[in-house]
Amino acid sequence: MSDVTAQDTKRKRSLVGRDPWTTPLDEIDLAHPGIWQANEFLPFLSRLRQDDPVHYCADSPLGPYWSVMKYKDIMTMEAAPHIFSSEPTIGIVDVIPEFTLPMFIAMDPPKHEEQRKTVQGVVAPANLKNLEGLIRQRVTTILDALPKDETFNWVELVSRDLTTQMLATLFDFPFEDRHKLTYWSDVATAIPGAGLIDSYEEGFEILKECLAYFSRLWQERASKPPGNDLISMLAHGEATRNMPPREFLGNLILLIVGGNDTTRNSISGGVLALNENPQEYQKLRDNPALIPSMVSEIIRWQTPLAYMRRTAKVDIELGGKNIRAGDKILMWYASANRDTDAIENPDDFIIDRPRARQHLSFGFGIHRCMGNRLAEMQLRVLWEEISKRFDKVEVVGEPVRIYSSFVKGYTDLPVMIRSSAIKSAAG
Amino acid sequence: MTRITYIEHDGTEHSIDASNGDSVMEAAIKNLVPGIDADCGGACSCGTCHVFVDDAWLQAVGEPGEFEEPMLDINPERSANSRLSCQIDINDDLDGLVVRLPEFQF
Repeated sequence: MSDVTAQDTKRKRSLVGRDPWTTPLDEIDLAHPGIWQANEFLPFLSRLRQDDPVHYCADSPLGPYWSVMKYKDIMTMEAAPHIFSSEPTIGIVDVIPEFTLPMFIAMDPPKHEEQRKTVQGVVAPANLKNLEGLIRQRVTTILDALPKDETFNWVELVSRDLTTQMLATLFDFPFEDRHKLTYWSDVATAIPGAGLIDSYEEGFEILKECLAYFSRLWQERASKPPGNDLISMLAHGEATRNMPPREFLGNLILLIVGGNDTTRNSISGGVLALNENPQEYQKLRDNPALIPSMVSEIIRWQTPLAYMRRTAKVDIELGGKNIRAGDKILMWYASANRDTDAIENPDDFIIDRPRARQHLSFGFGIHRCMGNRLAEMQLRVLWEEISKRFDKVEVVGEPVRIYSSFVKGYTDLPVMIRSSAIKSAAG
Repeated sequence: MTRITYIEHDGTEHSIDASNGDSVMEAAIKNLVPGIDADCGGACSCGTCHVFVDDAWLQAVGEPGEFEEPMLDINPERSANSRLSCQIDINDDLDGLVVRLPEFQF
């Protein structure tokens, strides 16, 4: 295909600038990253929820796929892993076996539970209680070093740095090398040609360095008594200690990605949401006790992963449509979290929303986000410390969104902390 | 009405009169018993209504169901008497039931 044709196709496929309510249904390809980066996705989600809640996109460069838009239909799928399989992958791109790493997010019962059980203890609430002090310390260091009265990128100085430090802690990863973790995470989710890597081959070569690094840590931890970090848990766990290298790398990537850009983008998204909803920001200033429910609302509002993919194991009817065995199905969490049939006034950002944890950002069922309590704790501690110091973190420029329909987030969020917004009692 | 007693991790007891047909989770939420989150609303899909059934009641309550078992299996605090309270329907046979709540829902 010549470049001109490729560009033509790209232009035709992108929904940017098109009217969501008059675009023919068969031309809606939600998985195209255009509307996500341009922040034009919400009306297209509404359109499908209303007009075609189980939507078939027959013509997509990534192959035909179904989009499931309603909260209740997604709940049906999440509760039926024997029908809606997580194998062979949970992303829309069909796997190239050569470049595919086995990981438990993309496994069905019972292997999924066996492997997940080995590592989930590290993020269980009892363990998190011990981690909170360290997280608070790191948050404090980051916040106290922020520039005053000048524009800076919140994503870079806060969201990215904090989540990277957290990951290093969970893996007991050499602190001075911690930026490698973020880099590998970005490589693992990068779309070839979008900036970071040019091909899947290149990405795979980079991830081999990741494997080599972690293999060294594995050897070191395996020769010591069991510790409380993720690598030690994997090295000593019954279901994981004999894992083949590819499976080890796959599960590492899963834990790195899972704990990285999701939380990073919720940290950024919260600042943006509060700036776009000044009355809610005022509520927070008046009553910092709302932080726990605000954190859940931020995670719903941001929905850091827009969808998860399942593959039908049998012919099955869903929402009146006949899905065939082998069909690819995307469960659009980003849509379900705005579904008026499940959530009251879903387009409003309400920091004291009742039952704020009833959202789909973490998914439900056996694949529900393992790190959900850790994510909430990081955000809670961050906002507690921000509230002690600053009356306002002010967004002073347009955010730049990621070119992806899967990872919903930001590369840039220009903010300023004015001297006048600094609380006098802050340390 | 069926009497259900919930014992929090710190020992605080809540005895309530529940309606038959409700689940043990629903009865807790309706009676403002703390310690049960039920994020998925009773769909056996989040594991945040985890309870430990008092040994004397294990037989009456029965074994976890087919879809409940894997949800319990991924909970690091699971023990032999673990159940998801949204999957226990209240009836006359459970009058006097005692369940204990974990320190944290996961």
